[in-house]
Amino acid sequence: MITRPPMVSGDEHLEELRTDPIALMRRVREECGDVGTFALAGRPVVLLSGAEANEFFFRSTEEDLDQAEAYPFMKPIFGEGMVFDAPPERRKEMLHNQALRATMMRGHAETIEREVRELVALWGDEGEIDLLDWFAELTIYTSSSCLIGRRFREQLDVRFARLYHDLERGTDPIAFVDPYADIESFRRRDAARVRLVALVQEIMDQRHENGPAAREDRDLLDVLLSVRNEDGTPRFGADEVTGMFISMMFAGHHTTSGTAAWTLIELLRNPAVLAEVTGELDALYADGSAVSFQALREIPVLESAIKEALRLHPPLILLMRVAKTPQRVCGYDIEPGELVAASPAISNRLPGDFPAPDEFQPGRYAEPRQEDLVNRWTWIPFGAGRHRCVGAQFAMVQLKAIFSVLLQDWEFAPAQPLDGYENDHSKMVVQLRQPCAVRYRRRVR
Amino acid sequence: MRVVLDPDLCQGHAECEFAAPEVFSVPRRGVVEILRDTPPPPLLDAVREAVRNCPTRALRLED
Repeated sequence: MITRPPMVSGDEHLEELRTDPIALMRRVREECGDVGTFALAGRPVVLLSGAEANEFFFRSTEEDLDQAEAYPFMKPIFGEGMVFDAPPERRKEMLHNQALRATMMRGHAETIEREVRELVALWGDEGEIDLLDWFAELTIYTSSSCLIGRRFREQLDVRFARLYHDLERGTDPIAFVDPYADIESFRRRDAARVRLVALVQEIMDQRHENGPAAREDRDLLDVLLSVRNEDGTPRFGADEVTGMFISMMFAGHHTTSGTAAWTLIELLRNPAVLAEVTGELDALYADGSAVSFQALREIPVLESAIKEALRLHPPLILLMRVAKTPQRVCGYDIEPGELVAASPAISNRLPGDFPAPDEFQPGRYAEPRQEDLVNRWTWIPFGAGRHRCVGAQFAMVQLKAIFSVLLQDWEFAPAQPLDGYENDHSKMVVQLRQPCAVRYRRRVR
Repeated sequence: MRVVLDPDLCQGHAECEFAAPEVFSVPRRGVVEILRDTPPPPLLDAVREAVRNCPTRALRLED
């Protein structure tokens, strides 16, 4: 006897997913409960929420719930054979990324501090920035420098950041129907990828001309260029190298950029917390200690503010898999071929787990509440379980380093109504809607 | 104190082995093997770090 999960009102929900996905997912939970279904281009998506259903989702193996097929919008960005186009075993190996090891964090914190200082060095004593543009550019530099190497990073400029942004915008859910549909955002995506390959080709050509770098300066690109086929020809061309770099940077880019922006916005909306965070940082750095030292340690108030920004504004709102085998969850059956999803945007605000769920309350992470640890299957800005974000620690170190620099030397003020900052949910990669400006002013101490 | 593994979750990242090689051993492919599930007090700080650094939160330290 098969028990199908209930279906939310309406026959087809692709358009709603493209315009107001959070309202759609809320409606699924309200009408159906922990397990409900909506239709994506005629295909059922079983949306799970709540601890029990989420635990099922996050414990599942790749053989039962497959990630690869669930993200058709990524292949045109990453390229052939990359990430979700690679076999699961290979993907698992790729996730064992040496650059994300705990032992690498100190070096990363130093790099991130330097990158923030270089960008704010371009500021006057006061001015205005667009949060999306500014943090997106910063995190292109930090992630390329930390994950690929300093030498490669130094050959990048704002052009790379803008093209990368076009890739991220090329994630319209219409890709579930056709990832190569003839729409503006996909045309821009494909043009951006071609230009990124050309930029990487330029960098590769320069390296060939200049000869090998000193051993201690070598970065990942030098390593890739040194790999040869049996006949002595280079193993990787610019297209493949670009695909690798795009994929390596993708998970840590819009996510960290958006979280930095939302942390700042929430601090501006909650001046008492901002004052507390600033006071905490002033005290911590009063002895002249290094950002690379402190960012690896606990900075409790700042960390709680970041966690709360992550809970309220998770960078990924919909995590998806495709069922490969028959599954049963909370008394409902899922059939092979169906999409299965969990939603940080919904689970992070369940009122039973997070009292006053829509309020920014960093205090919920302090003992004894520790709502992130207590709710391990529903506090899910980084996902959970076997596919939990491998870059979570890197992200927290990065955000702590960024705010250590910014809030010690600068004051910020909103440049638009505080309730006017909002996300653009029309793409699978969620980004701030522009304008999202803030003013900065050098701190006088 | 006892080290408890949630075997569903381990993905063999080997952060635990980095932090406390006396207690955890992770093969190139496969999941962690816990060498001493009641580590002696001098190793507890390293084990706590291992628990904290586990990317999939597969480890727990119980009283």
